[in-house]
Amino acid sequence: MHEMSLAEGMLQLVEDGARRNGAAGVKAVWLEIGALSQVEVDALRFCFDAVTRGSLAEGARLEIVTKAGRAWCMPCGTQVPLAQRGDACPQCGSHQLQVVQGDEMRVTEIEVV
Amino acid sequence: MCVTCGCGSDQNSVEGESMHSHEHRHADGTTHAHPHEHGQDQGHEHGHEHEHEHEHEDAHGHTHDAESGQWHQHGDGRWHRHDHGDAATAALGAAHAPGLAASRRVQIEQDILAKNDAIAAANRQRLADRGIFALNLVSSPGSGKTTLLVKTIEALHGRLQAAVIEGDQQTSRDADRIRATGAPAIQINTGKGCHLDADMVRRALDQLDPAEGSLLLVENVGNLVCPAAFDLGEAHKVVILSVTEGEDKPLKYPDMFHAADLLLINKTDLLPYVDFDVDAAIAYARRVRPGIEVMRVSATTGDGFEAWLAWLVRGVAAARARRDAGVEALRRRVAELEAALGRGA
Repeated sequence: MHEMSLAEGMLQLVEDGARRNGAAGVKAVWLEIGALSQVEVDALRFCFDAVTRGSLAEGARLEIVTKAGRAWCMPCGTQVPLAQRGDACPQCGSHQLQVVQGDEMRVTEIEVV
Repeated sequence: MCVTCGCGSDQNSVEGESMHSHEHRHADGTTHAHPHEHGQDQGHEHGHEHEHEHEHEDAHGHTHDAESGQWHQHGDGRWHRHDHGDAATAALGAAHAPGLAASRRVQIEQDILAKNDAIAAANRQRLADRGIFALNLVSSPGSGKTTLLVKTIEALHGRLQAAVIEGDQQTSRDADRIRATGAPAIQINTGKGCHLDADMVRRALDQLDPAEGSLLLVENVGNLVCPAAFDLGEAHKVVILSVTEGEDKPLKYPDMFHAADLLLINKTDLLPYVDFDVDAAIAYARRVRPGIEVMRVSATTGDGFEAWLAWLVRGVAAARARRDAGVEALRRRVAELEAALGRGA
């Protein structure tokens, strides 16, 4: 359940952002989550609801933007899609892949009132 | 998977379960997801109604139903109903509900783990300044981490000083085992937590104060999932896989093997009695982490220990050399400044 730790980290970023902007409350939080990141989205929603109780972000809705996984394939010398770590290059079958997108776990925006 | 909308659960799936996460793709290529539940097997041939909320600032090409206001149709012909919320109301202007207080969107653009990573960076600097070589040992429970550490510390006796930070949910049994070797050890009990984080290690470092130029071994909570995400400030993650486990664990838990720089295959003395394909395990590990270094060891018999101990000694020597180079550079800079002051005087 490291999603609880992630939710606590999110809440901190959200509350800091809300306070910096003199907000009375947070209505929504936008997250960017990579398909290859170590986040279980359903668990994160559950934990976020739990940790935001009594905070500025209580009741805020979570909008999750998913970034697809992409990797640089060394043998092909090009970028290829990567659904999960351990998968082979869809073009040449090699595992010599360097992830270039899809491991994000970011709070991108909040909606405050 | 929905036959109509093509959506599917992304990471977790439970056979026979109808709850799934539904992903929308907007015109600009971004997607957002929210969970919903299907009743019986309806095959999505219906209008697929569910509630969600989203912004209207980015163009994603749908039209509103003038009758209900909340219903709208996406470019692909699907209908949705949702509340627009204040921001969308503000964005749409008076057409929806004039007079409501407008909310604002504020850019944050920060990693969720930013705080942990900042503390980890401070830990790493603190260790570097003292020439300490720190390793984060990760594995599933029962891989033999603590026995490996005990044997390692005993074998290094007289060659290297080692200190240990032990992470477990409960008890100080592991730290007690380490302290029995004479090495300093601090136990962190994570309580309900499933991993060590950088702040726990920072607090443990305050208590432990490992010696300059020593080896610091951090034994993480036995868990092949959560510790992968949390940088503690270590030089390397070392993943331990014992031959009593399945050789396909690198494929089942790719995040952890991807995060590691060294794989120790432990309990090799048991290979004659178990069905474990070492070559396959190594091949699987290199699928998720190309180039990962691999060593085969038995903490019980000491087989393979020379290579492991030599790796540790090299790591400590490099950490000391970096510290000395830093100190030397600082000395030169001070001498330069003093010379400049002397010229000025």
